[in-house]
Amino acid sequence: MTVPERQVHEFPAVIVGAGGAGLWAALELAREGIDTAVLTKLYPTRSHTGAAQGGICAALGNHEEDHWEWHMFDTVKGGDYLVDQDAAEVLAREAIETVLELEHMGLPFNRTPDGKIDQRRFGGHTRNFGEAPVRRSCFAADRTGHMILQTLYQQCIKFGVRFFDEYHVVDLIIEGGETRGVVAYRIADGEMHVFRSPAVLLATGGFGRMFRITSNAHALTGDGPALAYRHGIPLEDMEFYQFHPTGIVGIGILLSEAARGEGGYLRNDAGERFMEKYAPKLMELGPRDVISRAMYLEVREGRGIGGGDYVHLDLTHLGRAVIEAKLPDITEFARVYQGIEPITQPVPVQPTAHYAMGGIPTDVMARVVIDEKNTALPGLYAAGECACVSVHGANRLGTNSLIDILVFGRRAGRDMARHVRRNGVPDVPADVAEPVRAELEALRTRPVGENPNHIRAELASVMMDECGVFRTGTSLVRAYNVVCDLKDRYRRAQVQDRGRVFNTDLLEARELGYLLDCAEATVMSAMARTESRGGHYREDYPQRDDTEWLQHSLAYRTEGRPEMRYKPVSITHFEPKPRTY
Amino acid sequence: MLVDLRILRFDPERDEKPHWDTYSVESGPMDRVLDLLHQVKWEEDGTLTFRRSCAHGVCGSDAMLINGRNRLACKVRVDQLGRRVSVAPLPGMRVIKDLVVDMEPFFDQYKSVKPFLVNEEPEPERERLQSPKERARYDDTTKCILCAACTTACPSFWAQPSFVGPAAIVNAHRFIFDSRDHASEERLEILADEDGVWRCRTIFNCTDACPRGIHITQAILEVSNAVVERRG
Ligand SMILES: Cc1cc2nc3c(=O)[nH]c(=O)nc-3n(C[C@H](O)[C@H](O)[C@H](O)COP(=O)(O)OP(=O)(O)OC[C@H]3O[C@@H](n4cnc5c(N)ncnc54)[C@H](O)[C@@H]3O)c2cc1C
Ligand code: FES
Repeated sequence: MTVPERQVHEFPAVIVGAGGAGLWAALELAREGIDTAVLTKLYPTRSHTGAAQGGICAALGNHEEDHWEWHMFDTVKGGDYLVDQDAAEVLAREAIETVLELEHMGLPFNRTPDGKIDQRRFGGHTRNFGEAPVRRSCFAADRTGHMILQTLYQQCIKFGVRFFDEYHVVDLIIEGGETRGVVAYRIADGEMHVFRSPAVLLATGGFGRMFRITSNAHALTGDGPALAYRHGIPLEDMEFYQFHPTGIVGIGILLSEAARGEGGYLRNDAGERFMEKYAPKLMELGPRDVISRAMYLEVREGRGIGGGDYVHLDLTHLGRAVIEAKLPDITEFARVYQGIEPITQPVPVQPTAHYAMGGIPTDVMARVVIDEKNTALPGLYAAGECACVSVHGANRLGTNSLIDILVFGRRAGRDMARHVRRNGVPDVPADVAEPVRAELEALRTRPVGENPNHIRAELASVMMDECGVFRTGTSLVRAYNVVCDLKDRYRRAQVQDRGRVFNTDLLEARELGYLLDCAEATVMSAMARTESRGGHYREDYPQRDDTEWLQHSLAYRTEGRPEMRYKPVSITHFEPKPRTY
Repeated sequence: MLVDLRILRFDPERDEKPHWDTYSVESGPMDRVLDLLHQVKWEEDGTLTFRRSCAHGVCGSDAMLINGRNRLACKVRVDQLGRRVSVAPLPGMRVIKDLVVDMEPFFDQYKSVKPFLVNEEPEPERERLQSPKERARYDDTTKCILCAACTTACPSFWAQPSFVGPAAIVNAHRFIFDSRDHASEERLEILADEDGVWRCRTIFNCTDACPRGIHITQAILEVSNAVVERRG
């Protein structure tokens, strides 16, 4: 079957995803006068960038001395030296102009008394190469991400970007070693659409939904990485997944690190600020991997609150004025979702699966690279959380993602503009949508089978329990076996909704397939890496091992076990040193 | 606690008109309406259709009519509603399927008020300065998540769907009172139209419905005053 003519579109550039990364890229292209299609499974303003609370960092130095070199150093050290330093340099340098440009676009940053962008402290960001915390995070109350998403969407409207809202991209078109477009499923009526284009950007965000307790939206299911993986593109550094220390107990909704940036404490059952033992210099503003592990250890040693599996985030000493002015949203989260009043009561928190350091490998122009030699796949780009450039290495610092998605979304847009000037809209075979259409049809019409929601729940549990903050060789083998079994069961899963109109039952099942692929690559990469670094902590190999493991993992899909390959880390300024805080 | 969950269902491929289905579901102590909807969808009836993403009240996907009020399903705790919960799509909108409504007209109205900063002066090297007081002037209206709870709670909108609606006015307000913006005149012109601010009858439904606590009626009044002043 071929797709009807009216459902075949031609665009010089196609962007998949309308979070911060996708929207900024779209804006760059639109300002260059390039007709750009943005395909998004959610309305743009529903993207999870809007959930980011704490801030976006740039060494503006509005309160105190700061330099991009300090920012770069913190990023490299925070990432436990697995960061590609050429990329970190780009990030730290361009952060400054990027944040200023956001302000010019209208972003309502909080202001200093003299009218400049206000800045606050955030974990792992320091002055003079680690001396003491520095005020580097620019913010709009605790809804910085919301304001970024709104501002970029507003500018896209101003510049006439073409949005295809509620189009679910279900396949990439890569033929003859080059990018030719994407296939999308229109949610409203279940029709397939083909977008022919020489340049495609994947900006689909994270995949936290593979874990049981997560701060991530339901829509964050790793679609971009899984589709790339299925086309033979490796996934990089998937074993590095960040658990944020302060999630709401049981449901994982995030209480921003801004709470600690403004001076909040973490306390155990005895009321002690236990971070004294683990990060005496930075205390509650140490990096997230260190704090999440400290929390688990406190719990394991019986010092969780009431012997339970959580600790307290204490804001009570900050006073009503600070809490209500600077942390209004998270205060409300505690009230609504826990029935806790943070002005007078400590808030129960536990680590929550938060951020994927790994993803689709790219170079500093956001071009997707497919091997150890960083060979680019012409016309394919990735930016934002779904990409791995890698500026976060083994652990991301707070506020470094928002700046990453914008700096590299912007670079993607610019390089795509160059690429489309040299390349016309490519041909695609008439039946290009057929394989994926057939897959979706099989899933939609399978007469009997297992409920995919049970498979998803089991996946989320095994990933949380066996591939979480602490891992061992044995736990990872168990996780791997379960994931393989779930993949097998997934082939026989059955959806209930047989309709064509707005069939979210079908799409959720499709998304589960993406999560399974991402989980497979994550567990395999974690199993192979016999050291501890940043967010990847192996109890059986508790030390960092730079002789063997100062390298990026690349997981390739095969019919059986994923194949692991490795590529070197770019080290330009800072030689690896022990990481203490 | 066991809850009677009534949902107004409509599948355009099967139903002539909407009908109520009732489900008996077990609700945990901190469960929200969204949790109950998921329970039904994942365990009982996969055809139940609704939008959702963030699950904590920031993305604006799941505004619906819950026990007679527009709210976000992910932000209403079941224990605050009692044992009988009824859920229907947002009023005054075309229903696509179950709780999913056609959002296009809503976004078109939003776009009609030029919801973006206009300032054609050359960009300075650094940030444009704005005092904390100037910034506070429009703080409240920056919170909007475009969920449509306000607009679809407004009797003036039900009576006259061409009314630009509270949400669009809120977003116009956000720019009209931003000291960096230069297009207030054009926005006020648009809102002086017969489908603009005058259709507001200060019924306060919008303010009650807003999940972000925005003082919407106040914002509309401020915009109306600005329209009047401009006419001078
Ligand atoms: C609660 C929370 C708070 C955070 N706070 C901060 C912070 O303070 N500072 C910071 O730096 N970082 C923060 N982060 C991290 C940061 O917000 C995210 O990493 C970042 O916003 C991701 O942006 P993105 O553009 O890559 O993707 P997203 O904003 O997640 O957007 C993904 C887009 O892809 C689309 N999409 C996905 N799959 C498909 C498909 N198959 N077809 C079509 N479209 C598709 C979606 O519709 C969506 O538009 C936070 C994260 C969370 C969860
Ligand atoms: S799901 Fe995002 S607002 Fe409810």
